Amino acid sequence: MLASYVPLLIFALIVLGLVGALITLSFVLGPTKPYRSKLLPYESGVIPTTPARQRLSVRFYLTAMLFIVFDVETIFFYPWAVFLHQLGWYGVIEMFVFIAILAVALAHIWRKGGLEWE
Amino acid sequence: MNHLYLSYPNPGGIFSNPVGYWVIVALAIVFTLFVLLTATAYTVWYERVLLGRFQRRPGPNRVGPLGLLQLAADGIKLATKESFAPAGVDPILYLVGPAVMVAAAFLAWAVIPVGIWWGFSYWISNINVGILFVFAVSSMNAYAILLGGWSSNNKYSLLGGMRAAAQLISYEVALGLSLVPIFIITGSLRLQDIANFSVHWGPYHGPIPLVIVAPLSFVIYMVAATAETNRTPFDLPEAEQELIGGYHTEYSGLKFTLYYLGEYLNMVTVSTLATLIFFAGWHPNAPWFPAFIPFVAKIVGFLFLYIWLRNTLPRLRYDMLMRLGWKVLLPLGMANVVVTAAVVVALTG
Repeated sequence: MLASYVPLLIFALIVLGLVGALITLSFVLGPTKPYRSKLLPYESGVIPTTPARQRLSVRFYLTAMLFIVFDVETIFFYPWAVFLHQLGWYGVIEMFVFIAILAVALAHIWRKGGLEWE
Repeated sequence: MNHLYLSYPNPGGIFSNPVGYWVIVALAIVFTLFVLLTATAYTVWYERVLLGRFQRRPGPNRVGPLGLLQLAADGIKLATKESFAPAGVDPILYLVGPAVMVAAAFLAWAVIPVGIWWGFSYWISNINVGILFVFAVSSMNAYAILLGGWSSNNKYSLLGGMRAAAQLISYEVALGLSLVPIFIITGSLRLQDIANFSVHWGPYHGPIPLVIVAPLSFVIYMVAATAETNRTPFDLPEAEQELIGGYHTEYSGLKFTLYYLGEYLNMVTVSTLATLIFFAGWHPNAPWFPAFIPFVAKIVGFLFLYIWLRNTLPRLRYDMLMRLGWKVLLPLGMANVVVTAAVVVALTG
């Protein structure tokens, strides 16, 4: 039923218009008096000595990779959950095998210390 | 007529008239946006009053009766403040960040049904993947926060943005998993079907709050939703003692207001979702008891719970946060799905 997406599209356009108007207003309203020390990055009054975009802990990258694995798993669950009444035990066992594989993966990451943050 | 759910004849046939239909849709969208903005503003007021009461001080009580116009005053102040961008920011992404935050927060409301009257509830779009759409747009928060933090050219913003993104994606897995048992039980992703889910238990025949049949789902949902909205005890992205303001350190004026608005609107959204999914939404209602009374009362109850948590619990450490997300909530959520699936299939055959 693609027709039910039409009000959604109208809503999205109105929301984008509203947000665009607010961003534009942020330039129109209020004074603009920039000077050098105001434009410095705010680091509690200390003048920054190094560039802001520095190297970060690899843990963030690892978390993002884990997220993709387990979020895709969650999305697989959704259609399965809605039709479970029709699928019966066959569907339950199929999905248990899938969960078991991912549970083994999670246990492996856990043992290797992939979930530790110091 | 998939748009308005009416149990009585439509007045003057306006809903069956094609032009009248779209006029109603447009008016309803504008009205929804207005109500959402007002509700968000008064959520901020409610939080500030309750924070005051919890700390044995009056809270805002100067602007208007009971301080009710405080938010209008704050809004005017923020809009007329200088909204500058520091040197070295990425000029486009710096604006995209807050815009995405607010747009995503509003868009989730396209599929959320609102109970209004006996046999009458309203939603903008009746798509069959309802809750999946809510998750899809609320995940955009991670982009908004990461873009804002990265484009600000500030160490604290970047660190706050990275922390927030890692936190949001970690708890999103648990949030998604927590609702799978609900879909197994109700067999639908539409929020109105979930809220109207009815049972035949002996003499009782009618809607039930699903928290009775899926209490573990409710607990996981509440913890994950608190983390998703960056509320205390999971407010590490903006831990002011370590990160100044976190990802919005370099934002001022209306651009800061947009982040703030998005954050509180998300809080209203997760409260509404908890009401619809776990507490039967607009039930109980009757011809003499309008549906919006239980609906709004439950949402305000959840907002109170969030503010109460903020006043009671200290902030978690980052390693504790990640441990809770990956080592407690994720395995618990998976076990919950397995057990619910087996029990539901065993009971229904």
